[in-house]
Amino acid sequence: MQKIIIKLFTALLLLNLTACGYNNFQTLDEGSKAAWSEVLNQYQRRADLVPNLVNVVKGYAEHEKDVLTQVTEARAKVGSMQVTPEVLNNPDAFAKFQAAQGELSSALSRLMVVAENYPNLKADQSFRDLQAQLEGTENRITVARNRYIETIKDYNIAVRSFPENITAMIFGYEAKPSFTVENEKAISTAPTVDFSDKK
Amino acid sequence: MRYFKVGLLALCAMLLLVSRMAFALVDIPDVTAHVTDLTNTLTTQQQSALESKLAAFEAKKGSQIAVLIVSTTQPEDIAQYSMRVAEKWQLGREKVDDGVLVLVAKDDRKMRIEVGYGLEGAIPDVYAKRIVSDVMRPRFKQGDYYGGIDASVDTLISITDGEALPAPEVNQSSQMSGDNALALFFVGTLFLTMFFHGILGRFFGSAATGGVMGGAAALLAATSTGIGVGIAAFLVSIILPSIFTGGGGSRRSGGYYGGGTSSGGWSGGGSSSWGGSGGDFGGGGASGDW
Repeated sequence: MQKIIIKLFTALLLLNLTACGYNNFQTLDEGSKAAWSEVLNQYQRRADLVPNLVNVVKGYAEHEKDVLTQVTEARAKVGSMQVTPEVLNNPDAFAKFQAAQGELSSALSRLMVVAENYPNLKADQSFRDLQAQLEGTENRITVARNRYIETIKDYNIAVRSFPENITAMIFGYEAKPSFTVENEKAISTAPTVDFSDKK
Repeated sequence: MRYFKVGLLALCAMLLLVSRMAFALVDIPDVTAHVTDLTNTLTTQQQSALESKLAAFEAKKGSQIAVLIVSTTQPEDIAQYSMRVAEKWQLGREKVDDGVLVLVAKDDRKMRIEVGYGLEGAIPDVYAKRIVSDVMRPRFKQGDYYGGIDASVDTLISITDGEALPAPEVNQSSQMSGDNALALFFVGTLFLTMFFHGILGRFFGSAATGGVMGGAAALLAATSTGIGVGIAAFLVSIILPSIFTGGGGSRRSGGYYGGGTSSGGWSGGGSSSWGGSGGDFGGGGASGDW
């Protein structure tokens, strides 16, 4: 009698272990999806700010066509991307998405640098408001990305460590791509300092 | 092979050292009050004036606004540091997320207002930015730190006050959920039973348990509730040893803790130390410098 109970108990324990692994994946998977939605949400918020920002800057700095065009084009590219949840499981699509957002980031920061040269623009209340919103959004993007990276870390650790990796294999859960530093190249090359072109 | 191992070890040690140096981040102080000044910029009176203002607002509205003054946030950006502080302090109520952090990095000459999720509607980034650059900056420029912080806190309070938020919890005992009360009842009864049964025996021990539980409930809620709780505790107490065979035991240490739980358990959220209530932040707010 007692032996049967012990056997049953062991079987239950084993079942329990594998079930734990499986349910764990569900939790982690959903967690990462929720974190990803927040990232998208904030990127969308930034994209929505761009048209207004471009309009305001245009009013004061009409002949900064290059930068304005760059921003508009980068915005269009971001807007045309289809971001489905499948992007998360596809490293190529993910890299593309990241590149497009990175392009918009650098175009926007160039625009902000240019804006520094126009005192009237800087004093404009609607420009200041948009600037505050953009700053806040960039900050939220950073926070959302960090949180996404954290959830992906937990998920990927689960996918790769024993014995959950067996569960992952059976049910087809693969490691997900995470964010890398956007301007890896720019960081690794030292900036050049040039004093010659004093006007 | 051996040299390789030694080399690897040395490399690891070096990397550890480098990473330690690279990540020598500024420590986040523990939160014990609404106002935390690590630079001794504010006088004691100024601090307590701000403290009482913020505590009064929390009592009235429930939102938690905290002020932190540090000398520097280097090597981090002020936004990164303030996010770490916000995540550790968890200002604002859980799920309401109505916390605000006013952070001043004195030597960096930078300040930031970090806004919790729940107040991003009341204090959008644009408003936070205006408070930073129109209210704080001019005063900070003249060295009037107290004036700048005080004025910004006033503005934040007046904006937040207009927002419809859940009412603050006036008294923790009256707000205790049924689940918690039930759990506390059973835990209290269990420990008291263990304590009193050891000394007084089963019947009188149960009577004493019922008496204490009923008395505590009467004090915290109403006399009628107390009578009901007392009778229930007596019945549970007298049945308990039959459930845990031999469980009417004489574990005095357990009994001692039990007594502590039932008498002091309700006063949670004590008055001596203050802290965040679990609010969440998403990076909203604005930074500025002077």
